[in-house]
Amino acid sequence: MSAAIEALGLHKSYGDNVVLDGIDLTVAQGTIFALLGPNGAGKTTAVQILSTLITADAGQIRVAGHDLYADPDAVRAAIGVTGQFSAVDGLLTGRENLIMMADLHHLGRRTGRERADRLLEQFDLVEAGGKLAMTYSGGMKRRLDLAMTLVGNPQIIFLDEPTTGLDPRSRHSMWTMIRELVAGGVTVLLTTQYLEEADQLADRIAVLDGGRLVAQGTPEELKRLVPGGHVQLRFTSPEEFARAGQALSTALPDGDALTLQVPNDGSVNALRELLTQIEASALEVSELTVHTPDLDDVFFAVTHSDSKVAS
Amino acid sequence: MSTTSYALADTATMLRRNLRHSLRYPSLAIGAVGMPIIMLLLFGLVFGDTFSAGINGGGFDYLDFLTPGLLLMSIASGTMSPAIGAAVDMTDGIVARFRTMAIYRPAVLTGHVLGNVVLTVISLAFVIGFAVLIGFRPNASVVDWLLAAGLLILVTIALTWFAIALGLISKTAEGASNIVLPISFVLPFLSNTFLPLEAMPSGIRWFAEYQPFTPIIDSLRHLLLGTPASAGSGWLAIAWCVAITIVGYFWAQKSYNKGTAA
Repeated sequence: MSAAIEALGLHKSYGDNVVLDGIDLTVAQGTIFALLGPNGAGKTTAVQILSTLITADAGQIRVAGHDLYADPDAVRAAIGVTGQFSAVDGLLTGRENLIMMADLHHLGRRTGRERADRLLEQFDLVEAGGKLAMTYSGGMKRRLDLAMTLVGNPQIIFLDEPTTGLDPRSRHSMWTMIRELVAGGVTVLLTTQYLEEADQLADRIAVLDGGRLVAQGTPEELKRLVPGGHVQLRFTSPEEFARAGQALSTALPDGDALTLQVPNDGSVNALRELLTQIEASALEVSELTVHTPDLDDVFFAVTHSDSKVAS
Repeated sequence: MSTTSYALADTATMLRRNLRHSLRYPSLAIGAVGMPIIMLLLFGLVFGDTFSAGINGGGFDYLDFLTPGLLLMSIASGTMSPAIGAAVDMTDGIVARFRTMAIYRPAVLTGHVLGNVVLTVISLAFVIGFAVLIGFRPNASVVDWLLAAGLLILVTIALTWFAIALGLISKTAEGASNIVLPISFVLPFLSNTFLPLEAMPSGIRWFAEYQPFTPIIDSLRHLLLGTPASAGSGWLAIAWCVAITIVGYFWAQKSYNKGTAA
């Protein structure tokens, strides 16, 4: 499989503020690649560089087989970008926005109109098509935005936080659309701060923190980075919590929440063992939950966040 | 695919976009007509006789004297709309989208300029029509009218490019409407629009004499009314227009392309 996007040693800083500090990325054709990271990690900057919007201070980039600096227009002809902030023209109707995109792709009058109408249908915007885009809801704007990106049939699509600010239903329908795109052979690079989203969609995930890639791999590979799961025990009284802490010496205590995290792989045998221990010490546990390792654990483990026990 | 071969098509697409904007948000365009018409009524009809008495008649009808300058004022106040449009474009995501597409790069801004030229021509027709209605009597030949129209369009192109360059550096709509005030307000007033240079106090007179609007208004009066123009004011007017266009164009394109892959 040849690479749709290849970047080596991307650097970008604004004054003293280093935003990207040597990023290497390879995105295989026809896959979904997720750049995952907290706010300010450099995700948007990476997308802006790879989509020709801004220039990097250093690094080599090939997109769709073209050198980005030697032939930016060849790259632009192959990509579609849906940025974090809606890129629709509010003073045009939804349909006019799509036709404008068709005109800019020089599709010709008839083909352009046909494609605009087909996209309105596909994105459930037929009724709204004649209304000014400024009157659309957040979810509708996002759908129109993505539809506009698709007018030119791009081979590679950049989606910068495509579901931020969407309600759960809109988020799921956006996921479905993204999966359908990739099924049609398109390559998608998306950024997200939601681990669930990366887990759901991506073939490969790169975790970006403070301008560096701190982990990279398939969702499964990343989950393997954090050993085992844990069981969380909640207590109602500080005394009981303190007693439990002594009884279960391997546990990780959180004194504010009165919870203990006991390392446990979640198997029946391991759980039975733990329950026996609890019974033997006559501990009064108010709540018990089993946690298998998920991307949250990976995320907190590799981004060195302070809120390690957030789950 | 060569992008420059689509220069015309892309520019036409952007022109359509801007004309649609003006149709949906016409208050700025109406403002560009309203201001000179109020001035015509106020200075032409209400204060006109007093003014021309104050400058000893000057040998001309005051309404005739006033109208060419007010045409320029109409152009100048019309520059606010593209300046705001360009500023809003940059803050919206839409320009980020355009910049990641293989379209003819100058098309986005050129679309703003051409859109404003179309609007300005319409508003100038309104202002001239209204002036004639209340007594403006030009004695220009067809050739004079064509030359005057050419000069007015040239001025519109020049001021619009400059206003867009100012709009692009101002980041917000409010900032854009403030930053073009020198063009849309100060220059028209501190020129020979309302008074001949000889009738002005010396400080203002010095400024008015050397700013671009004065030779342009002089040339327009010469073309429309046959008043004597000072030597070379026609060429000076054209030179100002060309210079402002060049500065505005390159400044605007530079701000627009700032930081992106060439």
